Amino acid sequence: MRVARGDQDAFAAVYDAVSRPVLGLVRSVLRDPAQSEEVAQEVLVEVWRTAPRYQPSRGSAMNWVLTLAHHRAVDRVRSAEAAAAREHKAALLERTPAFDEVTEQVESRLEREQVRRCLRTLSELQRESVTLAYYRGLTYREVSELLSVPLGTIKTRLRDGLIRLRDCLGVSA
Amino acid sequence: MSTAELHTLTGAYALHALPDTELRDFERHLADCEACTQEVRELSATAARLGLAVAETPPREMRDRVLREITTVRQEAPAHGRPERTGGSGRTGRWYAYALAACVAAAAAFGGVAVWQNQVAQDARQEADRAQRQSEELAQVISAPDAKTSSGELTGGAHGTVVVSQSRNRAVFLASGMERPPSGKVYQLWFNDAGTMRSAGLMDPKASDDAVLLDGPVDRASGMGITVEPAGGSAEPTSSPVALMDFPTA
Ligand SMILES: [Zn+2]
Repeated sequence: MRVARGDQDAFAAVYDAVSRPVLGLVRSVLRDPAQSEEVAQEVLVEVWRTAPRYQPSRGSAMNWVLTLAHHRAVDRVRSAEAAAAREHKAALLERTPAFDEVTEQVESRLEREQVRRCLRTLSELQRESVTLAYYRGLTYREVSELLSVPLGTIKTRLRDGLIRLRDCLGVSA
Repeated sequence: MSTAELHTLTGAYALHALPDTELRDFERHLADCEACTQEVRELSATAARLGLAVAETPPREMRDRVLREITTVRQEAPAHGRPERTGGSGRTGRWYAYALAACVAAAAAFGGVAVWQNQVAQDARQEADRAQRQSEELAQVISAPDAKTSSGELTGGAHGTVVVSQSRNRAVFLASGMERPPSGKVYQLWFNDAGTMRSAGLMDPKASDDAVLLDGPVDRASGMGITVEPAGGSAEPTSSPVALMDFPTA
């Protein structure tokens, strides 16, 4: 199959708009730079492949792309862990802390400052639960184990933490 | 798991934090729980904001690798309706990519932060309508059948793409990763008419990723430039350009 040169040019604009948050997000979950680039690249090619299926009525394109990127990063980290027979707690502990360290590589300042400000409005347990799940790709069971907090409490904190974040960021969908 | 318990899983689901078995249960529940569907939509958008906050510039080679790889990957059929043929009046891969670029850029420029935040307020709604019209016009330019693009590096590692449609006689500038202008200043865009700069409007000073429909017709302009100007813009450039780009040639 051949693709016209124009298709590449067109996708270049998509690439330029989304590649930085995609890589930043994948890297926050996977940590390893080479593996992160590989997964980010797979995600961007998948964006191209599935672009005709994107439906604006279901949410913004950036949201769609970042949801996909998060999924793929989490899939990778979980399959890698399964393969390594889960040296569980050690691996988890090595993967904390979440947000502050990650943001050193950040460049979208306004977005970062706003997210940081809003994360500060969460309770400590809400903030830890949300950032461990999102930036480290932990399941809520792993978060519960890591923080030694009951499962039901973590479920609730993930939800009410995100709701508070939603209201602070003014997200509507 | 009881229905009441299932309702509480929206947060974990939006964060991809459910183990497989519970994921399946919850997705079945989502199919007929409207409240959860709406909440998941909002909480996923919230999670994406956490993602936006950790942007990191990929190495240059990654861009080349991705753009090379997509030439060997066939796109899927649209979600609704039959797959459309390429050629003729059908929508091509290029169209989808442009439309997606417009959605991403328009969301970054208008939707993400300021406009939708106060959606209830009347003035915000008018602003949103205006932004909506402008982004539709913008999308029409970049998805025009004769749209041509050229890309270039801007100062500070930023990247610019200009899309010109001769049939619509309009141009769109897509920027990514531009430094914010110094306080009290704006980026002003210019058409380059054989060395004479003609104002083509201002960029949103708050956005580092932006899609701008250039003000006015392309006519004979051979390229565009960007200068830093005092807030409100200038009648003609008062500083040397931070970027000059040639328009794509036919
Ligand atoms: Zn429900």
